Amino acid sequence: MTPAVAPAKPSRARSPIAAFTGSWASQIGITVAFLVVWLLFVIGAPSTFLNSRIYLAFAQTTPYFAIAALFLTMVIVAGDIDLSFVSIMSLSLVGFVFTWQATGSVELGVVACLAVGALCGLFNGFFVAVVGIPALVVTIATWFLFGGLTLVLVNGKSYPLVDTTSSFSYGLLAGRIGTIPIQFFWLIALAVVAWLLLNRHRLGQNAYVIGDNAQAAQLMGIPIRRTRITLFVLVGVASALAALMNAFSLTNFYPNLGSAYQLPTLAAVFIGGTSVFGGRGTIYGTFLGAFMIGGIQAGIVAVGLTDYYTQFIYGVIILAAVSIHVVLQRRFE
Amino acid sequence: MPAGERESARQPAQLTDPVLAALAPAASAPPQGVKRLELRHVSKSFGGVHVLRDVNLELGTGEVVGLLGDNGAGKSTLIKIITGVHQPDEGEIYFGGQRVTGMDVQKARMLGVETVFQERALADQLPLWRNIFMGRPVSGRLGFLKVGEMRRATADLMGESMGFTSAVLTPNTNVKGLSGGERQGLAIVRALHFQAEIIILDEPTMGLSLKETEKLLHFVEGIKAAGKSAIFIDHNIFHVYSVSDRIVLLDRGRVAGQFLTSRYSLNELMDIMREVAATGAFTENERYRREDGTPEATTKSSEEHA
Repeated sequence: MTPAVAPAKPSRARSPIAAFTGSWASQIGITVAFLVVWLLFVIGAPSTFLNSRIYLAFAQTTPYFAIAALFLTMVIVAGDIDLSFVSIMSLSLVGFVFTWQATGSVELGVVACLAVGALCGLFNGFFVAVVGIPALVVTIATWFLFGGLTLVLVNGKSYPLVDTTSSFSYGLLAGRIGTIPIQFFWLIALAVVAWLLLNRHRLGQNAYVIGDNAQAAQLMGIPIRRTRITLFVLVGVASALAALMNAFSLTNFYPNLGSAYQLPTLAAVFIGGTSVFGGRGTIYGTFLGAFMIGGIQAGIVAVGLTDYYTQFIYGVIILAAVSIHVVLQRRFE
Repeated sequence: MPAGERESARQPAQLTDPVLAALAPAASAPPQGVKRLELRHVSKSFGGVHVLRDVNLELGTGEVVGLLGDNGAGKSTLIKIITGVHQPDEGEIYFGGQRVTGMDVQKARMLGVETVFQERALADQLPLWRNIFMGRPVSGRLGFLKVGEMRRATADLMGESMGFTSAVLTPNTNVKGLSGGERQGLAIVRALHFQAEIIILDEPTMGLSLKETEKLLHFVEGIKAAGKSAIFIDHNIFHVYSVSDRIVLLDRGRVAGQFLTSRYSLNELMDIMREVAATGAFTENERYRREDGTPEATTKSSEEHA
């Protein structure tokens, strides 16, 4: 057997075990961090954190932003970013409300909502991938644009959605299976879908390559535009779905619904080890990151601190988690 | 250049090499006399700068063409047109005698063009198997990847063709930690895995050790022996001369001349290159060589510039 090119000199003195822990170091790190935070809360407020009620609450509230975070992870892996998803949430709900009021059908409203989400994603993707404006700039603009359009369309009003509660869609998006909120099952199912798309599908393969080395992606004939646009559309649809779940459980739509989720959602992605430079990121990390973000607020109150600590602790957790990722990567890779 | 030195560079390639063996069935070879690849009157400019002007280039079956030229001569642009990365402003491209329009990277790869880019075109943070199958993953219905198949193929290629025997390197290893030689091996094996008919090597010796370079040159010989064609671009004229059948000299976007290595010595070529670099043209000072096989362009372009 003649090697094509000079045989590799064994340049690294790494055992296979070290190689294994090396490639998983970052994910092991975030898991440990997750468990440490959880244990602190259990020790600080055992009566709350050893009771299933708080977990049922998390199961309902975390998916509202975790679902967007899953698909946001894929956009960031491809080297882009989307800040506009909170405005997509409100604008897509306008699509729901208007269609529902015009046709009387909640189901048609749901379809319209998802369609508006997809169109918003397409709009973002067009300006990023075709016009060629950096995603940060485009989605700052569309955050204003979609949010502003929402305010204009509804005149700043909110809409009660109590009449939707008897519909099939309401049960599907805001009901319960046994005692467990159905949003949690949606989150699990979509996490599996997102994982498959990112790790076992051409879309994810292309997203990783584009984020890692855009020039290589171009030279190797990867459909860069199509991939980036598709990822923005997925974030749009996921945001619309999460917005519906949120509005249904509140039985109310107000124009700035979701706006509080913007930075915590991005934080969940980065806590999970996704690199803002692209080419690196996992659905598993984002999933844990979302539950850390989702649990902190309740945890802080339960251990006896005031709610004012929430943002401070967010900051601590984000910095600590990202530092863990960076240090572990440097150490093991 | 002494004959002995030249001979040593031209060791016969071993067809037992599994990568070359995989290349061997040259079923799609064009009929005798038809060129594997032909560019006619190709021009390209970027923002008003003419990078290529009226370039004609032919590549025969089983031929290795060396592309030489100073920085900015248009070598990289020319190969990016052949690989479909850039589209020519004017001119025609023929594969096996058939005119091809609407070229892009996917189409070029379908036509059997594989490239080892100067930039290597590897994704550092991704595992070896994802790099091997970059741009053309094996997938089933609905676009889901056949990961197991790709990992196995990568493991086979690593053992047989890249000579990666170290236990710490697996198909799941990230490219980040690879040495320059290992990266080049990966880029070459990737180009060869997909039944390439035309292999383009853009500055392949850059960053390689002496021994790795020797292996690489030997490998280019192997491409030829397998009945495939290659375009070899390198700053180092010694490397290009030692493996090429014909050398195409580019100067400021034009083909300044074409030279069969069987007819021109290395020293003669170097003199011509110096002259072209200084004046944009050259004069045949010894004997006119246009007897039989010498491409027409040799005399034509020297007349043009004279």
